Amino acid sequence: MLIKIRPDQIDIPLASEITPQEVYASRRAFMSKVAAGAIAGSGLLGVGGAFAQPATARKLPARLNSAYAVMDKPTAYQDATTYNNYYEFGTDKADPARTAGTLKTSPWTVSIEGEVKKPFTLDLDALMKLAPLEERIYRLRCVEGWSMVIPWIGYSLSALIRKADPTGNAKYIEFVTLADKKQMPGLSDPILQWPYTEGLRMDEANHPLTLLTMGMYGEVLPNQNGAPVRVIVPWKYGFKSAKSIVKIRFVKDQPKTAWNMYAAQEYGFYSNVNPDVDHPRWSQASERRIGEDGFFARKRKTLMFNGYNDVAGLYTGMDLKKYF
Amino acid sequence: MRFFTNLSSLSQRRVLQLRNLLFVLALLPLARLVAFGFLGRLGANPIEFITRNTGDWALYFLCITLAVTPLRKLTRWNWLVRLRRMLGLYAFFYVALHFTIFFWLDHFFDVQEMWADIVKRPFITVGVLAFALLIPLAITSTNGMVRRLGGKRWQWLHRLTYVIVPLGVLHFWWVKAGKNLLAQPILFSAIVALLLLTRVLSEKNRERLAQWWSRRGAGNTEAMGIVLMKEGK
Repeated sequence: MLIKIRPDQIDIPLASEITPQEVYASRRAFMSKVAAGAIAGSGLLGVGGAFAQPATARKLPARLNSAYAVMDKPTAYQDATTYNNYYEFGTDKADPARTAGTLKTSPWTVSIEGEVKKPFTLDLDALMKLAPLEERIYRLRCVEGWSMVIPWIGYSLSALIRKADPTGNAKYIEFVTLADKKQMPGLSDPILQWPYTEGLRMDEANHPLTLLTMGMYGEVLPNQNGAPVRVIVPWKYGFKSAKSIVKIRFVKDQPKTAWNMYAAQEYGFYSNVNPDVDHPRWSQASERRIGEDGFFARKRKTLMFNGYNDVAGLYTGMDLKKYF
Repeated sequence: MRFFTNLSSLSQRRVLQLRNLLFVLALLPLARLVAFGFLGRLGANPIEFITRNTGDWALYFLCITLAVTPLRKLTRWNWLVRLRRMLGLYAFFYVALHFTIFFWLDHFFDVQEMWADIVKRPFITVGVLAFALLIPLAITSTNGMVRRLGGKRWQWLHRLTYVIVPLGVLHFWWVKAGKNLLAQPILFSAIVALLLLTRVLSEKNRERLAQWWSRRGAGNTEAMGIVLMKEGK
């Protein structure tokens, strides 16, 4: 079999191709000032618009784990932080970057419940110290047909699962995310059943690729990207990767998940990236890489399991067209 | 009050000026997209942005075109009808742009692949159907074509609009339903339903209804007459 590798998929960027983050930051700060000035000048809206990106984003040191770093060129920080599906902060992909400033990420606790020897809660500090933080560069494929490449920071969820010490009854893991009307303007829209919940089968949750994530691009997660703690499951469509997690429950039965509850025939529980199983409304065979593929470029082929073939073993003998 | 009397009878020249102004205004959405393109303000996913934006403007222009006649009747500004063709053509223009983006940037002119997409996905089917139905209307929009077809037949053909616009709204509805974002589709449906209702309840239809009613039984004629009188007919 002839395997064709598109040259742009193994492209390692030149340092000069990536705008340094300080430059972004200063540009943003400048634009914020200009915007604030304009708003103040207009005298209509008052001063102090909520800018989701704090002026001084907190650095989060972590060592790159090259075993989990794809060679694709990372998406620009600007794109990854202004093009977000996070309905709790609005349905337009530009909304979260504007409105997520109201999210209060500290203090924050995650409670571990369900089929565990002893339930407990962890605050963010304890969570950060549970295992060494690693940087991993993952592809992110959205169910809508676009993709990004993001340097996340966190550690394998399996470390937390070990600490939770689940009982033999724990077959699935459920992520419950924050739902607070005071902090999340989007909750007034009953688009989904809040809180947004997601779930994985236990072996999926334990797979080393599944990342409990606290940061990206060398910093703590921006609010619009699911601060302060989320999960990243790189071989599944993005909506499986629950944001702003407050509760992790170990359960016996397959948990109900947000998009699946809305439209089971469109969003399966597994939702593995699969070019052969179309979404009823669009094809999943190809994708647009944000900021990378030229305006007039053909879309790139979507890879099975988003290219993470390591996970194929989790699904041996399963009909992935049925369990989509 | 003077302002309104002026508007009810505009001079030929004024109408032409207004039409020229509208011609330029209706190009602004496209100009904005082009400018955004050059300024790098189309966001992280420029193709998605222009696809949605041209689709939005296609719907706006379809609704505006559909609103001309009810507005004319309401205000008795008969010159409004002389802007209708251009508005309709702009609706066609934005639909055509929307379709071109789909044909070009989604399918790269691969007709077979596009066709498969059209038949497989209902929301695309109705969208493309609406576009296809608009084509004869655009072709027959010239004065020459109106003459050739004859006013009556031309009018019947152009009543296709009453099918096309709901198809467009349905297309939009099904796109948005995937993510349960129905607020806008509901608003569009309400507007279009209202605009179509004005046709159903038009003067002529009410007269027809009255005639039909009177033919049914003489006893009712009187009652219907009173209704019409009360409404100032």
